[in-house]
Amino acid sequence: MKLTLKIWRQESPTDRGRLVSYDMPDAAEDMSFLELLDILNQRLIKKGERPVAFDHDCREGICGSCGFMISGVAHGPQKLTTTCQLFMRQFKDGDTIVAEPFRSRAFPVIKDLVVDRSALDKIVQAGGFISARTGSGPDGNAIPISKKNADLSMDAAACIGCGACVAACPNGSAMLFTAAKISHLGLLPQGQPERKQRALRMVTKMQELGFGACSNHGECEAVCPKGISIDFIARLNRDYMVASALETMEPVKKV
Amino acid sequence: MARAMTFYSTTVGKKVVMAATGVLLVLFLIGHMLGNLQIFIGAERLNAYAHFLKSTGELLWGVRIVMLAAILLHILAAVQITLANWKARPVGYAMKKDIETGYAARTMIVSGPLILLYVIYHLMMFTFLQTPQGLSDTDVYGNVVKAFQQPGISAVYIVAMLVLGFHLYHGIWSMLQTLGINHPKLNRLRRIASAVLAILLAAGYISIPVSVLLGIVH
Amino acid sequence: MELNSKVPSGPIEKKWEKHRFDMKLVNPSNKRKYKVIVVGTGLAGGAAAASLGQLGYEVEAFCYQDSARRAHSIAAQGGINAAKNYQNDGDSVFRLFYDTVKGGDFRSREANVYRLAEVSNAIIDQCVALGVPFAREYSGYLANRSFGGAQVSRTFYARGQTGQQLLLGAYAALSREVALGSVKMFPRHEMLELVVIDGHAKGIVVRDMITGKISSHVGDTVILATGGYGNVFYLSTNAKGCNATAIWRAHRKGAFFANPCYTQIHPTCIPVAGEHQSKLTLMSESLRNDGRVWVPKKAGDQRKPWEIPEDERDYYLERKYPSYGNLAPRDISSRAAKQVCDEGRGVGPGGRGVYLDFSESIGRLGKGVIEARYGNLFEMYERITGEDPWKWPMRIYPAMHYTMGGLWVDYNLMSNLDGLHVLGEANFSDHGANRLGASALMQGLADGYFVIPYTIADYLTKVKPGSRPGVDHPAFKEAEREVEGRTKKLLSIGGTKTVDEFHKELGQVMWEYVGMGRNEAGLKTALQKIPQIRERFWKEVRVPGAGADLNQELEKAGRVADFLELGELLAYDALMRDESCGAHFREEHQTPDGEALRNDEKYAYVAAWEYKGEGKSPELHKEPLEFENVHLAQRSYK
Repeated sequence: MKLTLKIWRQESPTDRGRLVSYDMPDAAEDMSFLELLDILNQRLIKKGERPVAFDHDCREGICGSCGFMISGVAHGPQKLTTTCQLFMRQFKDGDTIVAEPFRSRAFPVIKDLVVDRSALDKIVQAGGFISARTGSGPDGNAIPISKKNADLSMDAAACIGCGACVAACPNGSAMLFTAAKISHLGLLPQGQPERKQRALRMVTKMQELGFGACSNHGECEAVCPKGISIDFIARLNRDYMVASALETMEPVKKV
Repeated sequence: MARAMTFYSTTVGKKVVMAATGVLLVLFLIGHMLGNLQIFIGAERLNAYAHFLKSTGELLWGVRIVMLAAILLHILAAVQITLANWKARPVGYAMKKDIETGYAARTMIVSGPLILLYVIYHLMMFTFLQTPQGLSDTDVYGNVVKAFQQPGISAVYIVAMLVLGFHLYHGIWSMLQTLGINHPKLNRLRRIASAVLAILLAAGYISIPVSVLLGIVH
Repeated sequence: MELNSKVPSGPIEKKWEKHRFDMKLVNPSNKRKYKVIVVGTGLAGGAAAASLGQLGYEVEAFCYQDSARRAHSIAAQGGINAAKNYQNDGDSVFRLFYDTVKGGDFRSREANVYRLAEVSNAIIDQCVALGVPFAREYSGYLANRSFGGAQVSRTFYARGQTGQQLLLGAYAALSREVALGSVKMFPRHEMLELVVIDGHAKGIVVRDMITGKISSHVGDTVILATGGYGNVFYLSTNAKGCNATAIWRAHRKGAFFANPCYTQIHPTCIPVAGEHQSKLTLMSESLRNDGRVWVPKKAGDQRKPWEIPEDERDYYLERKYPSYGNLAPRDISSRAAKQVCDEGRGVGPGGRGVYLDFSESIGRLGKGVIEARYGNLFEMYERITGEDPWKWPMRIYPAMHYTMGGLWVDYNLMSNLDGLHVLGEANFSDHGANRLGASALMQGLADGYFVIPYTIADYLTKVKPGSRPGVDHPAFKEAEREVEGRTKKLLSIGGTKTVDEFHKELGQVMWEYVGMGRNEAGLKTALQKIPQIRERFWKEVRVPGAGADLNQELEKAGRVADFLELGELLAYDALMRDESCGAHFREEHQTPDGEALRNDEKYAYVAAWEYKGEGKSPELHKEPLEFENVHLAQRSYK
């Protein structure tokens, strides 16, 4: 199949950047989108041009490294799919596809389609953990956890941290990411002692990093490759309200 | 107080304030509509109701002050959130498609100010009697009929209520979500309930000018 | 050089306990005076960095990914073993130890494996405490599933994302230490050199992958937890970025490389679709519980699968291994698939695939049951291949998956280079010649959470606090110059071929001659071809761009250059190990039924290779293996 790729090319964080068109006469249906970029890059290198920079690693949809906007949708047109698992059979012969980096103030562009998502790490560092020192846990079966809660916690924990939610949100909000982490830990008995502080710390950090607000558009859930539900955002809101009413935020302390 | 300010300093806190004031505003809209719909019972009933409201005196002012505060907070939070949202994506996309969000959700920041403009106009006309037609102080029923018999006034009113309906369609659902009122079994219902409530409110209000224009109420 | 495994004396079940008491402790107030460098933030590295930070050491952790959470441990699907015996089905520490030694075909070190089994239970407790949402039963207690190579149900899991959840647990613990300042995290940094001063590992040289800056980091000890070297085969189930540069650089600096030829092939992967293929995707082995593997009896049969009548199909696993059938172990099923494809009976594009057919079980159990068991896998298959597995039987083919070999370490997980510790897949220690399913996660976390925090203290008591050199020490400057020189050289060759072309070429040689079935002639061919590719690489490769910013081609070039050396050692080790054991299958040595035939008299040892310089043969050091608790016997899965 023949395709035209319009790819965002940007030399450096300070470069203005532009969309550049590339003809791809040799695309095939059973190629992944990243494999198509591989082919383009091989060609560019042979021609003495600079290949397109893009993040990727596991190429099986779990590490969360890959991801950019494909014709206006984070990770492209197929639901519940990361960019690396998007195959060209989702497109038609003759299509023009636009590839742009995830855009948000908190995700500055590094080069081409590569952005800096370390803001997501910072949100987790603010409180997305249970402070259990190695070796301090009781027997794994000491605290039974209802299957329902364990399953719901797992639904939230499935987040791969790709940042598509932020990219798709009209407000550049990181609420779905933060809500998933808060819900994953907040649904488990082990997560209760720090639950309020966690909500205060993570929400405050999210704010500091320059993410936008949640306006309940639901775009994040629509593009999430793991189908994380915005129900978890309601849970975050609840946790944050309760925490604000009952506690004042404290810094993280040594065990 | 410090804790309240810290709470408000985050976008989540601001959204909660918007949602909480939203609840008050929706309750007001329901009450106001039920009051207005008494027009269908007859002139006496509506005028008596208006008289009753005025007779409550301080209580009415209390409600007015609470509603005014709610509107101001609602607007303040909306403006601050919108500014923060604009800052959150300094470079826009060359191409961006919406999947889940709808017209109502995307235009909240437009429908909101439109409703505000209408509210000011509305207060000036019916409450403060500042319109040139010279309305009666006691015959609210007559005032309403007289005003809505002018197609221009009716048209503005109907359009404003449609805008309100849109605002509520996203707003009520959003309010429940922001206040964390959700349950797996109720979540589908939340969307339906907000749509139903938005339609009922808009239709309830619109029914009055339409009835006047059609001569059902005269 | 004498290899001293430092295995403690005494009965096997008392060794670790005794050793923990015998080891020295670091005075709590001295801990902050020691700096530990951790490279890699997967299960082993992440758990180690978090645990050492908690103990009070100053830790610097490095990973090439943009976040510590993305290390390839994340991709493990199946589960993690532990000897909890929650199922009351007869499991015990000794049984887990026994199964692992047997599964490894008697080529692992007994004492290490026993310790692994011993700490396995604490791992589950720790992960639960950190909030890992393991699968639960309706009672609220932890659920288990069965896995290959064991008759008890001891595998803990979190849907099909166990590795992800365990890693997120370690990453959360690590994030906490980062917030407290006890661990300094360096994402998007790649280790390019190990610095050894007077025989002690004292630091590393890294490249900041965003700015291209080369810098040195000094520590009192260095931990490498950088994973395996499966990408030497180009196509593998590893992440694209997985590489052996850290361990290979350490090897070149004197660390012995043990058993490089022990590489595991996984039988149920989605076959290669074409030239453009960049990696292979694993599908859970559980599919073989209900799927029947077959190929046409006739070579070159082009008919659609449903047009081939029953009596013209060859259910070769059921035919060859009547009792285990489609559930024969990984290495056996993999080799059998290769054999039928070599005979021209393979299916799908390129003829490298066999059918995994569910029609019989769908008929027997109903579509609903199969959908409940494997629905997500069917979806994944369809997404990748575009074929509907409900209509067409799935096509599968083996793929390179895991490397049991790695840097040689003693019982304390320290290599022969003083101060260099190696954890997880990067070391050789626990899996022998073949790893059992759900054991990799167990080993990574055992090393990181429960072994290194003790053994590193014992090592550090021998290091004077505050004695570590500064970054201006000549050895660091020298190492930085080496790295810069290498980078410049790669950028300046300006040839005509891309890095990927060389990598693919190497991968083809490795897969063809050093893959599932190996023989003397083939290995000798590989040993001839690999140096030729390497020579051409250094003459003809083209690495575009400069060194001073994000340059993904440059990153790849450095890694492939190291694979081109490692591949040769791997083939050499495979040639020198003139026996079959576990995943190392020398065609010359097999039983009449095609099972691996060990030669315990000659080869019951760990082959630890010492680097002797470019163009020189490596020197073999043998660590003899003794089996005092599990008796040497031939594996049988018939």
